Amino acid sequence: MKTFDYVRPSTVVDAIAAAAAPGAAYLAAGTNLLDLMKGGVVSPKRLVDVTRLPGLDRIERLPDGGTRIGALVRNADLAHDSEFAKSYPAVAEALLSGASAQLRNAATVGGNLMQRTRCSYFYDAASACNKRSPGAGCDAREGENRLHAVLGWSDACIATHPSDFCVPLVALDAVVEIEGRDGGREIPVQFFHRLPGDAPERDSVLEPGELIVAVRLPGEARTFAAHARYLKLRERTSYAFAVVSAAACLKIEQGIIKDARLALGGVAAKPWRAREAEDALIGAHPDAAAYRWAAEAALAGAKPSGNNAFKIELAQRIIIRALTLAATGTPARIPALPASPFSSAAGIPHNV
Amino acid sequence: MSDIRLTEASSHMRHGSNIGQPLTRRDGILKVTGQARYAADNHVPGMLHAVLAVSSVARGRVTFLDVEAAKRHPGVVDVMTPVHKPRLAEDPDAKTHPFMFRLELLQDDTVRYANQAIAVVIAETLESATEGAALLAPRYETQPARVGLDGDKSFAPPAVGVGNPAEVRHGDVNSALTDASMRIEATYETPAQYHNAMEPHAIVAAWDGDTLSIDTPSQGLAMAQARIAGLFGIPPSNIHIRSPFLGGGFGSKGLISGPQILGIMAARLVGKPVKLTLRREQMYGPVGHRAPTRQTLRVGMDGDGRLTAIDHHARTASSSFDDFFEPAADASHTLYASPAIATSHEVVRLDTGTPLFMRAPGEAPGSIALESAIDEAAWMCGMDPLAFRLKNYADVEPITGKPFSSKALRECYAQGAERFGWARRPLKPRQLRDEAGFLVGWGVGTATFPALMFAADARAVIRADGSGLVESGAHDMGQGAWTALAQIAADGLGLDLAQVEFRAGTSDLPDAGIAGGSAHTATAGMAIHNAGAAVTAKLADLAMSDERSPLFGAGNTGVIARDGRLYRRDDESWSEDYADILTRAGLAEIEARGKGGMDPAAQSIYAMHAHGAVFAEVKVDPDLGQVRVSRMVGAFAAGRIINPRLARSQLFGGMIWGISFALHEEAVMDPRSGRLLNANLAEYHVPVNADVPSLDVLTVEEHDPYVNALGIKGVGEIGVTGSAGAIANAVWHATGFRVRRFPIRIGDLVVPASD
Repeated sequence: MKTFDYVRPSTVVDAIAAAAAPGAAYLAAGTNLLDLMKGGVVSPKRLVDVTRLPGLDRIERLPDGGTRIGALVRNADLAHDSEFAKSYPAVAEALLSGASAQLRNAATVGGNLMQRTRCSYFYDAASACNKRSPGAGCDAREGENRLHAVLGWSDACIATHPSDFCVPLVALDAVVEIEGRDGGREIPVQFFHRLPGDAPERDSVLEPGELIVAVRLPGEARTFAAHARYLKLRERTSYAFAVVSAAACLKIEQGIIKDARLALGGVAAKPWRAREAEDALIGAHPDAAAYRWAAEAALAGAKPSGNNAFKIELAQRIIIRALTLAATGTPARIPALPASPFSSAAGIPHNV
Repeated sequence: MSDIRLTEASSHMRHGSNIGQPLTRRDGILKVTGQARYAADNHVPGMLHAVLAVSSVARGRVTFLDVEAAKRHPGVVDVMTPVHKPRLAEDPDAKTHPFMFRLELLQDDTVRYANQAIAVVIAETLESATEGAALLAPRYETQPARVGLDGDKSFAPPAVGVGNPAEVRHGDVNSALTDASMRIEATYETPAQYHNAMEPHAIVAAWDGDTLSIDTPSQGLAMAQARIAGLFGIPPSNIHIRSPFLGGGFGSKGLISGPQILGIMAARLVGKPVKLTLRREQMYGPVGHRAPTRQTLRVGMDGDGRLTAIDHHARTASSSFDDFFEPAADASHTLYASPAIATSHEVVRLDTGTPLFMRAPGEAPGSIALESAIDEAAWMCGMDPLAFRLKNYADVEPITGKPFSSKALRECYAQGAERFGWARRPLKPRQLRDEAGFLVGWGVGTATFPALMFAADARAVIRADGSGLVESGAHDMGQGAWTALAQIAADGLGLDLAQVEFRAGTSDLPDAGIAGGSAHTATAGMAIHNAGAAVTAKLADLAMSDERSPLFGAGNTGVIARDGRLYRRDDESWSEDYADILTRAGLAEIEARGKGGMDPAAQSIYAMHAHGAVFAEVKVDPDLGQVRVSRMVGAFAAGRIINPRLARSQLFGGMIWGISFALHEEAVMDPRSGRLLNANLAEYHVPVNADVPSLDVLTVEEHDPYVNALGIKGVGEIGVTGSAGAIANAVWHATGFRVRRFPIRIGDLVVPASD
């Protein structure tokens, strides 16, 4: 049987030391990594199981009003933490719109940031894929690419990042806390994932052996709680990756948008922060014209990477809808179908 | 199968007969407690594990396999390849009857499709075998793959389905279309679909000399037995197959597949029992699928909205090496009363596994195209689509002119429409909105499926203690055969269900035919019914000819079997207990056999079909294009319903399959390599709970004295038909966009805002 090392360190320092070996990979819940290993997409020589590391499974309120989420907090536990969900409703809604209940019970916060693209050519070991095998080429370019990137892609790679959770994190200026051999560092989630350029094999800026220990939401992020939504379009009502998604967070005072945060999912190799759209919204009246203007600004640089021009139109429409919903106000409770357009109006009965 | 302990039904209150009672599944507790033993749950002492190595190219040949590397891997026992395999008694490419399909059994180094087995690694553990298969690192000589309906030149097939004529012409369609006051022409496309039963194909095979013991899921035990016997050159009676439970089949387990045979070959090769289980992605190729179709319908109408012509042409695909042609256009043969009907097929050969029977083969893709076209025709006539269907109601089968053995479709339309509230439907599309602003649309589709019967045998026994035993090698794919057939058995014997032992699911029992074609309950049920009637007749003979019996001399008036007693038909105060009759005769038991099969005389006179009407409501986000079915009502007339609870579940399952067909299911194939890109249940979408709305099923009373003595038509497949079209029509009614490529996707409903 094929062998690999499996180590289960009990301290972060030991984990980092263990992961310094070439070909090592961290293992948390394994909801993505184990599938990739079974499919022969990745073959780590050593798995460093971080699930027993102490202190990484806590949700802490920080003195500045922010929240620190340990890397091992389970997606479901975070989404169902009522204080967290009330403070960061778009984040909770995004978490609950991802995967299935079973996967959310297992998957961790750190693992969510580290999940790989769902591009089927990446998963198909017999296809050419620069992300899996640098320099091999990209079979998606001329292949089945209806759901691929429309922003930030390169000739080397047109894959998208599949996370829901990361989309509102990027919008809300969340920060990743990283530990490595040379000590700790922090990086905004927005700059954590990389665009492919000519090195699509590198999903993130994480250096070999570095470990995500926490994600931090700044205190300011909770000031959007009254007007914060995540909306996700998918080809079945649940348990599907986003065709496109959007996190929209607004601060509205005296009928004017004082601050705006907007990020898109399913459109690029990273969760896409739409700063031009945010700038367009700040100071505007929260109305359809402003949203349309913002949507156009957000997608101004978009171009189809294949048979997927419809995603550009769709992304603009979802921005308009997400902003409309955010301006209407965060619902008192997370809808029965989180992030679904079919939950977008209050009081609609759904058969769930 | 005395080790299968079904739930006793004694707590159930009967009202006369067992048939018609809504019993819960008698195997339900076994299943939910994990005690039901599926094929792959079996572990035979000394058993080895076999894993397939499959091709990553779709066409070509294997030029190299690193067999040495695989063999060197710890735990690997042997590697079966085209040059190292047990001898077969029959060419796997031979075809001696229409139900025989070519199998890929390592006969040579040719690759016919991606995911075809090219070697089998046998090892002490599943892990060793899996790694051994990976170490084979095959190399190929690759030829360009033929992919998609335009992937090769088309030709007219000699036949479609199972021996149906590929072309049928009734009346002069072309001149009828020319003369029509109004006509539509539209082309609809349906994708390749894969069965994806929850339980993968698995086999545990153990040889003992020339006898073979097998655990494997099968929808047709006797056919599997015969196929294996032919391939290995042993008598069928040397083969014992156990298939007590199937985790779904949908047609993919109707004929034994190549990988299952490879498991038997592997066991032969190593001289030990072997287990082989397909991985999910390996189910996309060697175990059948539904071929894609492109269907063009030309429909003509007169000024009153009467159909004058239906021309239904289907282009579909088979594999490069065998013939199964999805008979999609045949869906237009029976439903609508058009004086001129033509159906025809053309096919291409592609580098895929051979397509096979998949739930409602032909009817499912044919129905979504026909029902869409009928809807388009109704709209062109400015008529309500239900009124249009009623106007074109077929009182006799259109092409043959035969009367229907029974047809309560009008009642289905009426009762379904009433339950749904159809009368409030606005004629024009894009008129309805809900309180949240979603577009709402209502659609209807007509469901139909032939009332088929195959051939089955059963054996019934009455024992001296008054209890009964009924045996028929029937197959429970989850539809409830363990329960429904036992209900028929109990009535056939005139006993309460609790007094009857019912045995099914193994090949040493009388041949129950196949669980397919929605015909299993009718076919095996009639065999069981007839066996019961035969054995009670024997018992009656015993009693009536014995002067010590109170029934002595009742031969002229006859007796009735009920509640474990025989009663004089003309005077029920004369009766005798089964046990007393047998005890007095000194018999431990009495047995008889029965057969089930179609009645050719009745079939020559009557057209036999089940029917239904499905009404669907969808909601569509007007800007974002996401669709959700919000409610469905199906009204079905399918003859006598043996178990209303199980029948309802079957019809629900069919309707959910219709949702899947209209909105979700699609195998995506790379246009260059011919490899499947979504061969997993995350990416090959079927509906999840949140996609399945409030479903409502009505079974409409229908008495059919001609289909068979029990009046059973079958409910396994009809739920798919009508449902998919009803949803497609509802999407049009909601949005005004007629999507003719299925499944309907978000992108299909997002048009530039200026439109």
